[in-house]
Amino acid sequence: MLEGLLTGLQTALSLQNLLMVIAGCLIGTFIGMLPGLGPMSIIAIMIPVAISMGDPSAALILLAGVYYGAIFGGSTSSILLNAPGVAGTVASSFDGYPMARNGQAGKALTIAAIASFAGGTLGAVLLMVFAPALSSVALLFHSPEYFALMVVGLSAIAAFAGTGQVTKAILMTVLGLIMATVGEGALFNLPRFTMGIMDLQSGFGFITLAMAMFALPEALFLVLKPKDLQGDNGEIKDLRISRQEARAIAPVIGRQSVQGFFIGVLPGAGATIASFLGYAVERNIAPKHEQDEFGKGSIKGLAAPETANNAACTGSFVPLLTLGIPGSGTTAILLGALIALNVTPGPRLMVDEPQIFWAVIMSMFIGNLVLLILNLPLIPYIAKVLAVPRNYLIPFILFFTLMGAYIGQNNATELLILVGFGIAATALKFADYPLAPLLIGFILGGMMEDNFARSMQLYDGVSFIWSRPMTLGLLILAAVLVLLPSYRARRAKARAAGVAEGD
Amino acid sequence: MALDRWIALMLLGVCMVYGYTAWFTMDSSLAPFMQRNPIWPSTFPKVLSIIGMACALFILLGFEQAEEKEKDIDYRRLWEYHLGQAVMLLALMVAYALCLRPLGFLGSTTAFLFLGAFILGERKYVTMLIIALIAAGSIWYLVQEVLGIYMRPFPGFIGG
Repeated sequence: MLEGLLTGLQTALSLQNLLMVIAGCLIGTFIGMLPGLGPMSIIAIMIPVAISMGDPSAALILLAGVYYGAIFGGSTSSILLNAPGVAGTVASSFDGYPMARNGQAGKALTIAAIASFAGGTLGAVLLMVFAPALSSVALLFHSPEYFALMVVGLSAIAAFAGTGQVTKAILMTVLGLIMATVGEGALFNLPRFTMGIMDLQSGFGFITLAMAMFALPEALFLVLKPKDLQGDNGEIKDLRISRQEARAIAPVIGRQSVQGFFIGVLPGAGATIASFLGYAVERNIAPKHEQDEFGKGSIKGLAAPETANNAACTGSFVPLLTLGIPGSGTTAILLGALIALNVTPGPRLMVDEPQIFWAVIMSMFIGNLVLLILNLPLIPYIAKVLAVPRNYLIPFILFFTLMGAYIGQNNATELLILVGFGIAATALKFADYPLAPLLIGFILGGMMEDNFARSMQLYDGVSFIWSRPMTLGLLILAAVLVLLPSYRARRAKARAAGVAEGD
Repeated sequence: MALDRWIALMLLGVCMVYGYTAWFTMDSSLAPFMQRNPIWPSTFPKVLSIIGMACALFILLGFEQAEEKEKDIDYRRLWEYHLGQAVMLLALMVAYALCLRPLGFLGSTTAFLFLGAFILGERKYVTMLIIALIAAGSIWYLVQEVLGIYMRPFPGFIGG
């Protein structure tokens, strides 16, 4: 292993390859900030460049730089503008945006950069150690387990059920699931609930919905009630994180790197579920006073999804490199690039061409490191976006939401849907309905129904729930995650009442 | 009745329409071989419609007492805020959606950014115009030329 490491390091540290990774990180970061262009599309765009280089290691190093840069770029728009462009960064906006609103934009970006770095790096270490062994575990997960895993992911909504608002959160989740059923399902290929409108045949676009639920209502609130985006004194304060904060998020980063990595290993589960689950788990195990901070700008609530998301991205390389199975859209595109470069990932890769395997791993380390070094000095400038005068910034935010929805679909109807949903979301926000559960339900709904349907077909009924212990275990875990917070709240209330009587 | 209960009423209506479609209209068009499946396209929606209706009723009938919190914006006094600006910006977005194809990307985006700033009360026309032009031009260049995603730059009649 040491020998392989050194070979990889030697390849990756040549001047040409270092320039590649720097270029990749910069391109990825800047394009990734545009909503609508996630890592997947940016890598797809970069593939012609990478293939024309001819050297598989250099190409992979460039693509890894682009990949990590794009993930970080996506986080910046969800933290600064509440406009998550990729499903995996939705959870980052839950706490990142409130932090930016409190004038801690610089600190939020720093935490995101450090958490991403740690998640990616620890993920790469785990990949190095466990890749061969894990490939067999990933195959143990069948449709029933995936279904159960989605249900566990849905339990993240409990975090948004404020005191006494559980029903609202559930109703919003159901609404999200309902919206996910619009269009053609993968399993039946029948258009459902399209009301005969052609544009709905492929369902609602994720970015349209994300922009309508998060960015648009925020922008409208800023118009309705002008407020300084930079917090009280207009200064970007607290760029650095204090030692105390570092100590607070260190265990979160440690736990979420491991958890995120293992979720990422499962083909199809990926970064989105890892980030939601990471958020839910960290919230549940946090002490009571910190739990109330979640959703209002908790550093733990930002570090958890950022770490998990990056670790899961790294984890998704396990099935790609060991089995040749791409577990996510991004790795599928990478698989295409590798094949075009005459490298076939699969069980033979580590035997036949170990230098490629190690070059991939080294490129992950270097990509993460370069990203951290490049971005930490850039953060004050990125955060300056919020210092743009409001009269200019708001039209730009609105324009970005429109562009995000338009680039993905190239369809002007999508923009009308965006405005319509944006108005509805603003009304829901007025009435204190949490909007995040709707988006979570929508993202997980499609995958959940597909896996549920597949398990139903395989087992000819719902018997898979009790005949597969892992499924049952995951479903019980989900129930506990939903019920525990409200049970705790009730107990705390009862105790408080008891004290009052005693006095 | 408070706004959240009005919304619950509306969502109840949505769930009922959705449920009606799922329970009574979808199964008849199912092909015979699909009817032997343990799960139908309508199975999941049927379950969802029932949960949705239950939750909406729960909120509508006021079983759940939410704690009164201090809110950012009180919708009962909406007209005290800059409601006009918000409505005009929304109208501008709709206009943008309708003009994007016929007017081309460059023209409609420049107009959108210019008018957006105008609605918000900016009056430095030259600065606004320059910023809008630079932004529209550079984003179009990035998306069309660098990334290769097609955007019609000019109105159709100039061959954009």
